[in-house]
Amino acid sequence: MTNWLEVLVYVIAGTAGVLAVVHLARNRPVEDGMFLLLGIAELLLLVQLVLGSIDLAHTDRDVSGTLFVSYLVGVTLVLPIGAFWSLAERTRAGTAVLLLAIVTVVALQLRLHSIWAGAGA
Amino acid sequence: MPEEVRSLSSGWGRALVFAYGVFAVAATGRSLVQLGTDAGKAPLAYSLSLVAAVIYLVATTCLLVGGPRAWKVAVVACSIELVGVLTVGALSYVATDLFPDKTVWSHFGQGYAYFPLFLPIAGLAWLRATRPERVAGH
Repeated sequence: MTNWLEVLVYVIAGTAGVLAVVHLARNRPVEDGMFLLLGIAELLLLVQLVLGSIDLAHTDRDVSGTLFVSYLVGVTLVLPIGAFWSLAERTRAGTAVLLLAIVTVVALQLRLHSIWAGAGA
Repeated sequence: MPEEVRSLSSGWGRALVFAYGVFAVAATGRSLVQLGTDAGKAPLAYSLSLVAAVIYLVATTCLLVGGPRAWKVAVVACSIELVGVLTVGALSYVATDLFPDKTVWSHFGQGYAYFPLFLPIAGLAWLRATRPERVAGH
């Protein structure tokens, strides 16, 4: 797996997460900057989907292919669904949805990494 | 009641539906992979993963559908979920031989940052706040 990409995903997701917590605490709806950050994160995850699939095709190590690809795909779905779901509720609850989506992405990304390292289900 | 309590999936219910949806997908995926690859290794644990998956799916659907009937089913689903996570959580510490492999609920959902323990409590609290008679009466 591409390390710099993973680090970038964590950094951007972490920044977006902190931003979401600040907005939650101050009870302000999220602004365009948040969606820009999430858009960048999504772009990175899509690049990861492509590069990860290529890596999988070339690796000799014992990686569970189906599991790895399903996580690669799964992690790209969370942010669009979360962003769409939060838009109808531009209140604290909507911000909470975004925060949950970000936490989910980080959790899936960590899992993806350990699956690449050889962990099973 | 405040105006925003219109349906089970609006207001804070929206965040709850999202969390339940994530767990519905996660538990379903996990149980299918576990049962599909090595069902014999830990049949009890894997079956429980599947039970958890079904309950998360039912709860998510009920919250989305809304209405008095879905509300009742959601209460049952969340209650089973709470009992399940407490029972399996306790058993996974006491009777370790029963669970050679993990489920969503083992160790009170430790592998999922204790979300499985928190979710049914949040779910029941939300259902309490959106009791049909209370919403109809305002």
